[in-house]
This record gives sequence, structure tokens and C-alpha cells, in this order.
Amino acid sequence: MDSDQNMKILIVDDFATMRKVIRNLLRQIGYQNVIEAEDGVDALKELRSQKIEFIISDWNMPNMSGIELLRAVRADSELRDLPFLMVTAESLKENVVEAVKAGVSNYIVKPFTAEVLSEKIKKILEKK
Amino acid sequence: MDARFINPFLEATINVLKTMAFVEPRPGKAYLKKDNLAGGDVSGIIGFTGVASGSMALSFSSECILKIVSNMLGEEIKEINGDIKDAVGEITNMVSGAARRTLESLGLSISAAIPTVVAGKGHSISHIMTGPSIIIPFETDHGPFVVDVCIGDIK
Repeated sequence: MDSDQNMKILIVDDFATMRKVIRNLLRQIGYQNVIEAEDGVDALKELRSQKIEFIISDWNMPNMSGIELLRAVRADSELRDLPFLMVTAESLKENVVEAVKAGVSNYIVKPFTAEVLSEKIKKILEKK
Repeated sequence: MDARFINPFLEATINVLKTMAFVEPRPGKAYLKKDNLAGGDVSGIIGFTGVASGSMALSFSSECILKIVSNMLGEEIKEINGDIKDAVGEITNMVSGAARRTLESLGLSISAAIPTVVAGKGHSISHIMTGPSIIIPFETDHGPFVVDVCIGDIK
């Protein structure tokens, strides 16, 4: 198995069902080492308590949104280099520009297939 | 109602269900709705404001939504539960997002609210606008569903 496929991935989404959907897509493309958080605050707790190697986060969430989580991660000396894939239902130019400025690794627009998710992850890992 | 608002919702519905749930919806002939009954057993409803105001509902038969969500989650779900309602909210969100992207490219910019989900036999759908809504019925190999769009005139 490719060593990248053992990496621990954190899925951040306030919808439990969407977390399950992404977990299911990840399983289809060989990523089984997955944990979940329901918003940015919960995600930061997980990120600071264990070694996580990749973040897949929704944009729209209560408490701390995806863009706020991204900024918090990039401002943290321990976490700043983590790959961060933003999931969004929009592809508004302003949002994309905001995410790129904040240091997002890539973004993916819902709905998406397992193949598209796989390509996004691989592209991010190649750039590392 | 401006007909340009209808196709983006249809295309988005087909795209979301094909992509996320591997279900091939087949559209039937659109008609004007005469009552406020949902037509399905579980419905997701989302409101819009912008160049025009209105709302869109997706209303699924039980057998259809059970198959859709089972495919999305990769596990069989046998009854209408919290996972199903959660998924209908998310599907409604995705359809709305995809339709709004198309509408924006046509110069028809709208923003959406948070979807609500209603379940139960014979439930009704309350649209924001009082005019008639357009129903587009769909068939799938796992049962029917409808797209119900009610949008006012462009401001």
C-alpha cells in the first residue's frame, strides 16, 4: 500500500451525514485512517492532541467556519504546513480568492466523485 | 415565473444524484402544482433572495431516498431516520449551490438560506411566494421524487 494511504485524515463538517459521505468516498479510494470533527473548534482540539496529516474541511460551519479554521492552522507554528482541502457548495470567486490568500492547499466543490477527491488529494501531496 | 430559473435546478438535481448517489433520475413532464402537498415522504426546502425571490423543494418517496442515502453513505439504511433527514438537507444544499452557480453565469445572482427538512406521509410544502409552483416529476429505478420550484418575477 502507498504510504500516503496510511496518513491520518481529519474530516471537518457540521453535518454528520456529510462526514460519513466523505469517509465513504475516502474508503473507496483507499484512505481508511480517518477521524472526524464537527466544526473548527472541535478540529483544533483534535489537531493539537494527535498527529493528523491532512485536513478536509467544509466551509460553512457554526462556531468556527472552514476559513477561520484554515487561518488558525496557518497561524500555528506546529500545524501551519498541514495540507488543507476546503469543501464548498459554492465556487464564488471572492471565496476562492479569500481561501487562496489564507493559504488553502486546494478546494473542491460539492457534489464530487471519489475520483475527483482522489485527484485533489494526490495533487496536494505532490506539491508538498 | 422566468423559465430560465427552472433548468439549472433540474440539471443540478440530476448531477448531484448521479455524482453522489449513483442514481440516474429520469425527468417527466413538468406541470403547475394546484395544492401545497409535497408529493413525497421526505422533503428538503430552501429559500432564495436576489434578482428574484422564491424557494425550491425536493420531495422524495421513501424507497427512493432510502436507496439514495444508502448509496451516499455506503451502508444500507432501511428506515427514515436522522441520517436520511440530514442527507436530504445536504442534497438540497448541493442542488441549490450547483443551480446558483449556473444562474450566476446567466447573470441571475441569488443567495440561499439554510434548508429545512420535513418528513411524514402527506406533509405540505410552504413556499415563500404565493404564486403557483412548477413540479418536475422524476423517476428512478428505486421510486419517484419531484422538484418543486416557486420563484417570483425578476425585480
